[in-house]
Amino acid sequence: MLKAYLLVAAAVFAIGLFGVLTRRNAVGILLGIELMFNAVNINLLAFARFGGGVAGWILALFTIAITVAEIAVGLAIVIVIFRVRRTVEADHLTLLRG
Amino acid sequence: MTLTALAALVVVLPFVAAVILGACPPLRRAGRPAAVVALAGSGLSLILAVRLVAELWGMVRTTLALGAGPPREVLLTIAWLPQAGPEPLASVGVLVDPLSTAMAALVALVAFLVQLYSLGYMAEQRPGSLGRYYLYHSLFVFSMLGLVFAPNFVQMFVFWELVGLCSYLLIGFYYQRPAAAAAAVKAFWVTKLGDVGFLIGIVLLWGATGLFAFPALARAVTALNPGFLALCMFLVYLGAVGKSAQFPLHVWLPDAMEGPTPVSALIHAATMVAAGVYLVERAYPLFLAAPAVLALMAWVGAFTALLAASLALVQTDIKRVLAYSTVSQLGYMMAALGGGAPLAGFFHLLTHGFFKALLFLAAGAVIHAVATNDMFRMGRLARGMPKTTAAFVIGAVALAGLPPFSGFFSKESVLAGVWEGGLYVPFVMLTLTVFLTAFYMFRVVFLTFGGPRQAEGDPHDPPAVMLGPMWVLTAGALAGGVLVAEWGGPSLAQFVAENVDATLPHGPWWLTPISVVLAVAGIVGAWLVYQREAVSAATLRREFGPLARAAERGYGLDAAYGALYRRVLLGTAGVIGWIDRYLVDGVVNLASAWTLRAGARLRTMQTGRAQDYLYGVAVGFLLLALLWGAW
Repeated sequence: MLKAYLLVAAAVFAIGLFGVLTRRNAVGILLGIELMFNAVNINLLAFARFGGGVAGWILALFTIAITVAEIAVGLAIVIVIFRVRRTVEADHLTLLRG
Repeated sequence: MTLTALAALVVVLPFVAAVILGACPPLRRAGRPAAVVALAGSGLSLILAVRLVAELWGMVRTTLALGAGPPREVLLTIAWLPQAGPEPLASVGVLVDPLSTAMAALVALVAFLVQLYSLGYMAEQRPGSLGRYYLYHSLFVFSMLGLVFAPNFVQMFVFWELVGLCSYLLIGFYYQRPAAAAAAVKAFWVTKLGDVGFLIGIVLLWGATGLFAFPALARAVTALNPGFLALCMFLVYLGAVGKSAQFPLHVWLPDAMEGPTPVSALIHAATMVAAGVYLVERAYPLFLAAPAVLALMAWVGAFTALLAASLALVQTDIKRVLAYSTVSQLGYMMAALGGGAPLAGFFHLLTHGFFKALLFLAAGAVIHAVATNDMFRMGRLARGMPKTTAAFVIGAVALAGLPPFSGFFSKESVLAGVWEGGLYVPFVMLTLTVFLTAFYMFRVVFLTFGGPRQAEGDPHDPPAVMLGPMWVLTAGALAGGVLVAEWGGPSLAQFVAENVDATLPHGPWWLTPISVVLAVAGIVGAWLVYQREAVSAATLRREFGPLARAAERGYGLDAAYGALYRRVLLGTAGVIGWIDRYLVDGVVNLASAWTLRAGARLRTMQTGRAQDYLYGVAVGFLLLALLWGAW
């Protein structure tokens, strides 16, 4: 049964990664990241359920809390970028260009 | 007080004066008080040096009379660079023997007299300049005395360079004059050329024996390969060639006359230029084991004497005549050393120190009075300055070598030493030089103090502070000959050699008549040409046409050195510069250019889009995962 959970988690992770890589809107990218986090959470809970003990649950709680904080910071950054640049299109944010 | 402590004090006192003047700018800028400090240093040093000579003379007298004397401590050394083992790598100290004390007494005496004389000569200098002058003077006296008492090659070399530095500073004393600055640099570089050889020679000797000290080296020298030793001693001799202005490195000394005249008297006549001779005296046991170098020394010395005397004939600057004369007399000393008569060479060094310093001081009085160096703008100065004239003539007669003046005795013994050494061609050159010496010196005398012209202005004798030192040196030039005799004790030769049988060379019976006749002939010749004008100087010059013109250009030596410098040295420098600029730098530039181009290519990968980087991360992870799976 563990395999099924892991496959679901892998599928969610892959969908999230696809979103992060292909979405042009910064908010969409954040959503993709959120999906990837949740895939990790599914994994943690699955391992906990099938013999990992209580550590997996606690770690999942931590992840959720940190994710919330991270999204708060991430969205705040996106809003600031929008105010300054009048866009949140990832293709236009190329200040790191060498 | 022990002998060594006394000698150490002799060396240190001028140094204390130099430190006081150097560390206390208000005192230095005050001028006259600075002179008092310097005079106190060298005066006390002189008193102690005289006492040292007296004590040592008494000891040697006892030793010679009884065959054994009181034990005396001659060596004081302090470890300077310690190393494992009983002996330090290098040490400083004093070596007290008759040679060093006699030399030190000469140095201290001439230094004190010249400093006294400078009070009058340099009176018009600004106080600041005067203080600087006396600071350099004190430093020089310290350095020279340190050199004289040096017990090993290392200390000698250090002080050797220090006197070179002081010489540079004092030649360039009027540094606002471009000629003086250039002359200072020239003196520094030309002597440095010889010093490089000196240093290499010292290090080679040390490499073979592990020793620097003169007494130890003299004992160890027999164990060395003669060819190797000859090479070492040749290199050491090169140092003496530079310092004592031997051909072909004599070109710096005439230019050094740009310095103040008292400096020329002290450094470039009596003491520093004799350091080369003193070095050979000090290391004579080593040179004795290298006869080829001694022979070379005699030939070069005799050739230098003749060459410089011929150059002195055509100078118009009174100081340059004296400078070439100094070169010529140093040639005599070197020839005596090379001919195997170190005592004669040293005797000539002492007497020359007196009469040449006297000549320079008298010339300084003349220059002071008429404000020019050009002899053809002087004339009939004997009327206005009889005392200076008397002093100068006595110096000139001593230099020409007429009895009973000091120069006669020392020049005779030099000639005899070269003859007895079997060096007949150098002997002929030196004998010919006797005639030239008398001629050029009395050319100066008649042009300056006699002759048909009358110098402009109202020249008169200098003040007592300048005349006093001249009288003391006059006494030395007059009476220096007594050193050859035994006056209630050892003669100079017996004293220096510490051997009752030691005498100065006498030579064959015909030597004295020939040299006196030649000297008189030179004086009469100069009288005919420049006083009576029976023979016109212009006619004489025409007769010797090409030779005279060549001599006026210094035989083209300066031009040759200039060409050597421009063509060879600058040419080589150009080639090496090209190699450095285009080959060595080229490799570096190529590497950096390639790095830059690689960077330009690679920067296109940095798009700045976060998602592209994330692609990279994902692909990289996948690749790693695949690799892991495959493995």
